Amino acid sequence: MERERNLRILVAKPGLDGHDRGARVIARAFRDAGFEVIYTGCHQTPEQIVSTAIQEDVDMIGLSILSGAHTYSFPRILELLKENSAEDITVIGGGIFPLEDIPKLKAMGIKEIFEPGAKLQEITAWVGENVKPREGIGA
Amino acid sequence: MGNRMLSESALDRMEKEYQEWLREYQGATRKMPERLKRFSTVSDMEIKSLYTPLDIKEKDYFEEIGLPGFYPFTRGVQSTMYRARLWTMRMFAGLGSAEDTNNRFHYLINHGETGLSTAFDFPTLMGYDTDSPLARGECGKCGVAIDTIQDMQRLFAHINLEEVTSSMTINPPASILWAMYIANAENEGYDRKKLGGTIQNDCLKEFIAQKTLMLPPEPSIRLVVDTVEYGTREVPRWNTISISGYHIREAGSTAVQELAFTIYDGVCYVEECIKRGLDVDDFAGRLSFFWNSHIDFFEEIAKMRAARRLWARLMKDRFKAKNPRSMLLRFHTQTAGCSLTSQEPYNNIIRTTTEALAAILGGTQSLHTNSLDEVYMIPSEQAVLIALRTQQILADEVGVTNVIDPLAGSYFVEALTDKMEEEANDYIRKLDELGGMVAAIERDYPQMEIADAAYHYQQQLERDEKIIIGLNKYPSERPELEFILKIDEELERRQVEGTNAFKANRDKVKFQKAMDELKRRCEGPPCWENNVMPALLDAVHAGATEQECCDLYRQVFGTYSDPGTF
Repeated sequence: MERERNLRILVAKPGLDGHDRGARVIARAFRDAGFEVIYTGCHQTPEQIVSTAIQEDVDMIGLSILSGAHTYSFPRILELLKENSAEDITVIGGGIFPLEDIPKLKAMGIKEIFEPGAKLQEITAWVGENVKPREGIGA
Repeated sequence: MGNRMLSESALDRMEKEYQEWLREYQGATRKMPERLKRFSTVSDMEIKSLYTPLDIKEKDYFEEIGLPGFYPFTRGVQSTMYRARLWTMRMFAGLGSAEDTNNRFHYLINHGETGLSTAFDFPTLMGYDTDSPLARGECGKCGVAIDTIQDMQRLFAHINLEEVTSSMTINPPASILWAMYIANAENEGYDRKKLGGTIQNDCLKEFIAQKTLMLPPEPSIRLVVDTVEYGTREVPRWNTISISGYHIREAGSTAVQELAFTIYDGVCYVEECIKRGLDVDDFAGRLSFFWNSHIDFFEEIAKMRAARRLWARLMKDRFKAKNPRSMLLRFHTQTAGCSLTSQEPYNNIIRTTTEALAAILGGTQSLHTNSLDEVYMIPSEQAVLIALRTQQILADEVGVTNVIDPLAGSYFVEALTDKMEEEANDYIRKLDELGGMVAAIERDYPQMEIADAAYHYQQQLERDEKIIIGLNKYPSERPELEFILKIDEELERRQVEGTNAFKANRDKVKFQKAMDELKRRCEGPPCWENNVMPALLDAVHAGATEQECCDLYRQVFGTYSDPGTF
């Protein structure tokens, strides 16, 4: 029987924000949970993030942002995924968000938002339950 | 050995009585076990149950502790400390437009703040004007947007620049923002020799932790040395580098890593300035430091005391400084943003108060206290006032400012201070072996040490071995606060229009001539004749924007981007 392949995850830092502690910690936690992890490093444009996600055939993008610039970058990333027919890539966010922005982000297609204090186990468990390997992508 | 604090006979008696106490303690904890399997600081440094004269029996008071204002400055950099002058109350502020931030500056000064500190927005920090495609959605959000000298003028409007010192948290573009500050001050009639303040200008910790990245390490350091050289000659009251541990700690380092990597960044800058031909005693007195005051009270105090001794010894022994001023580790402190919680945010006032008290007992020269809402956003007026009042209450009500270094001689604090110095020295030896800080950064060494510590702490937190109230003990939800600052999304458009109008009005010939001269200097070998500062002053006077100068830097020196290791 063919074994289901590991999830491939892109951890990405959109915008000019250099607060990468959370991104690097969650990247390690995803790796330790058995996922394949690619980390972009800081200062990525939405275009760069989407291009990496497509090239790397990822199943999920985890966006980490603490600057407040999610108002621009999150919708732009979703838009670019759609333009590239890759809207089946799950997108989640982590970082600091005004309370009223969270339902807006979810409504536009961000599947989940994890705020400061979210446990690594909680995040990796959510991913395990909610993200499946995308169809037609290498085994 | 020489000047021990206890006689041989007193130590013998101490040893005997300590053993008696230990037997008693062990008996008692068999009946009522210790609460934890292991007691350790927030940095996971193990702490014993009791410290006695035995822990500092080898100490030579005169060599290792001494008196305030005297080598090795363990007890403080001034003989008077807070008896004569309190620390500078310097709240980090920057929001929205230059006018918004100027209003905040006046608000803080009107409520008793004694120094200014500017937070720039991310485009400014990264060397982009607001109209850059890379700056979309960022304008004014995490600080103030400064594109030109016109913005700088608005930022410091109606502030006496010879009376108030200003700190600017700016790194790769520090030379440019400093040039704008000096040029604006001169336009307003101030003498640059009388300007006091600080630019952070610490590029090394950007590679290590804060990740405001622009140029590769070598040209980054060249620009830092240019500013030190220019400051030494032309702006003698300015602190040209604030060698910063704050961001290293926020990135998840231990206290020892913060101490060691920061001090070693300082070593690198001193070496580079000496290579330029500067005399150590001409510039070292203008190097300043910046520590994080985290939640573990004694660990922070010990770190700050150890830092002074470590730096004094390095300056004296390694760099042969003669002037005691060159050996002084003067520092700013900010309480730890990463210790605050978005759950039950009012508890952040208590955390900040404790951290501020540690900074005061550690002998800080200036202090920023975080606002309770800084976990969500840059602070509101209501929250920033509580944070400023926290410092004022500690200064005027609590009594800790009556006496200098009250914790000296505490067996625990002295032993912990020694341990900090010892473990930091282990790192310093390792960094020497790696061939210096730039080589270590290129090998990802400090970055991965910090990443390991950050992950270790997070795992300890998840196993409840470390506790944060409201988070993993008495867990609580994030509430809605009644005062949350909002940055107008329309600001971006207005800022771009303002900068465009300013650029349209500048003298193109004068501007081009200044930029050509700046380019010529950047391309030349580093020396006083090619120091970028005089050319930058001409360029910003002629209306050059921050990004125009940074683009020139990027073109000449190349760029550096985050390798993205984890």
